[in-house]
Amino acid sequence: MSALLELDGVVKRFPVRDALGRRAGAVHAVDGVSLSVAQGETLAIVGESGCGKSTLGRLMMNLITPDAGSVRFAGEDLVRLSPAAMRARRRDMQLIFQDPFASLDPRMTVEQAVAEPLRLHRIVPRGEERARVADLLSRVGLRPELARRWPHEFSGGQRQRIAIARALASQPRLIVGDEPVSALDVSVQAQVVNLLSDLIRDLGLTFVLISHDLGVVRHVADRVAVMYLGRIVEQGPAEEVLTAPKHPYTRALLAAVPGHGVKAPPIEGDVPSPIAPPPGCRFHTRCPFAEAQCRIIQPELTGAPHAVACLLDGRLPPVRPRPERLAGGERLRRLQSFFRAPAPPTGAQP
Amino acid sequence: MSTTAAIAAPESPTRRAIRRFLRHRLAVFGLVIVVAFVLVAILAPVIAPYDPLQTSWARIRKPPSELHWFGTDENGRDVLSRVIWGARASLMAGVVSVLGALCIGVPLGLLAGLAGGWTDAVISRVADAMLSVPFLILAIALAAFLGPALENAMLAIAITASPVFVRLSRGMALDAKSTDWIEAARALGNPAWRTAFVHVLPNIVPPLLVQASLAIAEAIIAEAALSFLGLGQQPPNPSWGSMLNSSQRFLTQAPWLSIFPGLTIMVVVLAFNLMGDGLRDALDPRADKT
Repeated sequence: MSALLELDGVVKRFPVRDALGRRAGAVHAVDGVSLSVAQGETLAIVGESGCGKSTLGRLMMNLITPDAGSVRFAGEDLVRLSPAAMRARRRDMQLIFQDPFASLDPRMTVEQAVAEPLRLHRIVPRGEERARVADLLSRVGLRPELARRWPHEFSGGQRQRIAIARALASQPRLIVGDEPVSALDVSVQAQVVNLLSDLIRDLGLTFVLISHDLGVVRHVADRVAVMYLGRIVEQGPAEEVLTAPKHPYTRALLAAVPGHGVKAPPIEGDVPSPIAPPPGCRFHTRCPFAEAQCRIIQPELTGAPHAVACLLDGRLPPVRPRPERLAGGERLRRLQSFFRAPAPPTGAQP
Repeated sequence: MSTTAAIAAPESPTRRAIRRFLRHRLAVFGLVIVVAFVLVAILAPVIAPYDPLQTSWARIRKPPSELHWFGTDENGRDVLSRVIWGARASLMAGVVSVLGALCIGVPLGLLAGLAGGWTDAVISRVADAMLSVPFLILAIALAAFLGPALENAMLAIAITASPVFVRLSRGMALDAKSTDWIEAARALGNPAWRTAFVHVLPNIVPPLLVQASLAIAEAIIAEAALSFLGLGQQPPNPSWGSMLNSSQRFLTQAPWLSIFPGLTIMVVVLAFNLMGDGLRDALDPRADKT
């Protein structure tokens, strides 16, 4: 497997201006990220909101230009392409947005929206457009008769299906999904996730999933990269990262997922401001294991295939599984007794 | 979420706006008057009872009568016929100059809003500078500079009215620029000009339409003012403004010379304003969906 997308030392800062319009600093949205996505692989990028995931996604699509570093798609540095060459390249890379209520042009029918990439990249002759749109719509589980309707007539899940059909229209090799289901109702999320992962598999696409939902990530990802304050702190095969996390942050993230078999000390406090990220390891302000050196030395991402950026790697206590997994019936009984008001008569205190 | 939600007959945004506009009585009234005047202007040769340029020494400044409903002017010409023919100049001036203002202002506004930076700064400051001069003064100055003719008056009004459209389309383009669907358009591979005209423009048509219908009213007044000052329609051709100009000397002896063209201007301007208000309500995205 060769790398389809390679990021090398990518940095993106957004200037912050004070009330008078003077530069008062910069948000370090993405600060030196290197990663590669192999052809046909699904990479998930996880992290809290504000950690730079979405910015990273836009950098991958070259929708924003990095301040430093390179973004290579199929060996070609996107940053150096001419605008026209970049537009032609966009055929091979498509983005699915988080909010399906905002990502469709309100004045374009479904048919016009899905046909637009066909037309822009001359995928099919004009006469076959309609048939291709119908084909794409049925692929994402929408009836082709809906092609002449407007976006406002659809629900969130349906709109996201339309956005997926639009992304598939140009026959891309890479799809970046920026939280593609997190704006949807939970009941619809599973359908859309399944649809996406089926399509990715059937079409052999390379997929970068940006998400904070570890349940979704576990379901579709081959590899996982964990981001914290603009940097990747851990990355590796999904199975390993999600069951045997090495970084204290990843552990805490996993421990926060109900029902997940990882127990770790909870992290406290808020994410530090990305305008003035802490020196040394960025996580040291919240890390339960932090030592003096963590405040000074910035750890590099080391190890393969499971890499971690932590000075304490190897010295941390092993990940403990949760103490007990209750049988289904017992768990339900405990929950019921917990919520029964005012106090359970049996006196069983969960 | 089910598909049944979308089964009802599809209604395009345009159709919905038309339906809502038609429920607005005053706006429809305005539209009817506007359409009536457009028909009058087009059919002027058929419906005008007399030749608007035909002078007659026998009928100088006659008050309204059965033969001459609006009376006759100082050269014995039929005022009704001149008002009818004058509709051509006035409506033309209104529509053409606003179309011109749209053609100048909208692309510049889109460019300023979407490109940002220096382009935006230069375009916006020029527009602001023009807006800081009173509309009529600027139009008069430009028309005087271009020379007295109806075409030059229209051009002057078009240029003077364009900064409003620059500002409006720039603001709307800025709004649109921050939306996902504009970023999506770029991610799909749209060139910048296509994003501007295929994605941004259709979404900002409603406020532009409202502004344009109100601007037509303003342009008609401006044309009348320029013609009144002798900078627009040239004699002997009739326009409402130039008729007012020549009638001012007879305000007390022959008031019908100024009353009828004046009333006509008022009615037409009012009609355009009513129509514009109705359009604004009909196109308001925040309005209810009933």
